[in-house]
Amino acid sequence: MAQVKTKSQPTARAKSKPKPRPQLPKAPTGIQGLDEITGGGLPRGRPTLVCGGVGCGKTLLAMEFLVRGATEFNEPGVFMAFEESTQDLTQNVASLGFDLKDLVARKKIALDFVYIERGEIEESGEYDLEGLFIRLGAAIDAIGARRVVLDTIESLFAGLPNPLILRAELRRLFRWLKDKGVAAIITGERGDRTLTRQGLEEYVSDCVIVLDHRVSEQTSSRRLRVVKYRGSTHGANEYPFLIDADGISVLPITSLGLEHVASNERISSGVARLDAMLGGKGYFRGSSVLISGTAGTGKSSLAAHFADATCRRGGRALFFSFEESPDQIMRNMRSIGIDLQQWVQQGLLQIHSHRPSSAGLETHLAMKHKLIDAFKPQVVILDPLNSYAIGDNQIEVKAMLIRLVDFLKTKQITGLFTNLAQSGNPLEQTELAISSVIDTWLLLRDIEIGGERNRGLYILKSRGMAHSNQIREFLLTDHGVELRDVYVGPEGVLTGSARLTQEAENEAAMLIRNQEVELRRIELERKRTTLEAQIAMLRAEFAVQEVASSKIIGQEKAEKAQLAQGREEMGISRKADAKPNKRKRESK
Amino acid sequence: MKAKPTRPAQQGDKQAPAHYILKLYVAGQSPKSISAIANIRKICEEELHRQYDLEVIDLYQQPNLAQGDQIVALPTLIKKLPPPLRRIIGDLSDTARVLVGLDIKKKA
Repeated sequence: MAQVKTKSQPTARAKSKPKPRPQLPKAPTGIQGLDEITGGGLPRGRPTLVCGGVGCGKTLLAMEFLVRGATEFNEPGVFMAFEESTQDLTQNVASLGFDLKDLVARKKIALDFVYIERGEIEESGEYDLEGLFIRLGAAIDAIGARRVVLDTIESLFAGLPNPLILRAELRRLFRWLKDKGVAAIITGERGDRTLTRQGLEEYVSDCVIVLDHRVSEQTSSRRLRVVKYRGSTHGANEYPFLIDADGISVLPITSLGLEHVASNERISSGVARLDAMLGGKGYFRGSSVLISGTAGTGKSSLAAHFADATCRRGGRALFFSFEESPDQIMRNMRSIGIDLQQWVQQGLLQIHSHRPSSAGLETHLAMKHKLIDAFKPQVVILDPLNSYAIGDNQIEVKAMLIRLVDFLKTKQITGLFTNLAQSGNPLEQTELAISSVIDTWLLLRDIEIGGERNRGLYILKSRGMAHSNQIREFLLTDHGVELRDVYVGPEGVLTGSARLTQEAENEAAMLIRNQEVELRRIELERKRTTLEAQIAMLRAEFAVQEVASSKIIGQEKAEKAQLAQGREEMGISRKADAKPNKRKRESK
Repeated sequence: MKAKPTRPAQQGDKQAPAHYILKLYVAGQSPKSISAIANIRKICEEELHRQYDLEVIDLYQQPNLAQGDQIVALPTLIKKLPPPLRRIIGDLSDTARVLVGLDIKKKA
């Protein structure tokens, strides 16, 4: 009772980290995903109601709870069947790899088939269900059971008269189970307006799980929902689940929230020119990439490039195709020079092809989860997304894709999706309206000019990176995708032969210009040569003049000196001066 | 269990002196158990004239017997013989219905 009070305190909505607050004791189910949704398992010491329509997997869920408990958590369990004989049960669950015979022999599980034949029974006076209590008690005590399953106890209403007594007794039974402290699962068939035919949810009100098996557009999908869980937080959504050779697996996708880490790592798109457009480095790791375009614009080829680049780096890629078989994809990609076969052989690439209509959306999602969990790829490719849109299920498809994108992001897997845009629809609008969850959106479109149809690529958006805003012409060559600049003229972008013409014109203009430049260069050279010749001539003239001048200067000097000497000698001879005389005399 | 029918049972014939093998499952000394035991003893004495074996089983003492005889409700009276097998649940206070259940009287 004290535990019930925990419900009244405001339960933290955050599913993030388990806080160290007193938690309801729980019995782990061991069922993949269910423990995650229920925050650790089913309540210990309280009955849990599992209800749903025919064939929705109630018995299986209950049985797996017991078997996992017995084998993985060492908690023996009692299975009380009201509908199937123990022999049938053993056979039915053997397909899931549960060896009930062995578990019964090892006293891990006790099976009891309660069979009531209405025709044999006559009522006389008051009765109670003490016999059932005694049977169950004996079985629990015999193996020390911690878990109990009652499948489907509502059968009692068909077998025994006086529903009033039954109701009172069931109420007593559930209380008794609580007193026993066992974790119990009670299954119930879905009623008209109620969860169960007999309104068991009124008695078992601690934990209620509803299973559902829906068929929509001729495909079926199974879902699970925790309707209530007293004293515990739980994922409240409908979760798809699968029943396969490993038992039940539930996919708690949306419970994870938007808490994934964003990587700064970049990975190549496989087309160098596209990487350059995406800030020079390519996509972010763990981002979601959408390539949309009309038919035949090369979406799959871009996707194959990405897969090829991933494998080339040694990474693993998972390719889901909804239109082509693996063989067909490999053949087609070989024609543009991408050899995917080598990666498949090396185990780096897995291609899964199946029609979207082969199963329900949830089943598809669940299958993808299983494959992704098993293969652990770095890159997941879906080609194309909108194959899922059959009829009027767009909302479901969108929900599924958002969950898939979320799942991939939490696993840091880069997702690349293609979307076939219907001609006539605006390209920026995907039919499935999933653009909001896409990080990088590439648009491929046809450009019709001059009687030609050419492909153009541009980046509509790319979160968190500077990216090119230009349109590139997109060519599929025998060595893969090539991106070319387009010419932007007054009439818009030019592609194909218009671009080629423009290129040729440009080339001619360039040639003429080059020739002119050459001409000028030669002229200049000639001028220089002439000028240099003139300079040399002048220099030579100057040199001659220089020599002549210096000769004259020399002569002048010599004459001058001669003249001076002559005059002196004449003076001496004439004794014209006293001084030179005196000097002459002294010297003599 | 141990008792053998002395002569072949004749079904449907209410006056046929068939031998009855009856088992009454009860749970301890609950009021319903006590009244059921008293009621069946009285009915047997009055209607079956010693042509019967009655075994009273207390499931509290022998809980493992519940599974074999498919006991769910208590008290349960099982008519093993003569065929067909019948179960009468309740404290057997409605004598008329017990007699119908034992094929001593036809349903009204």
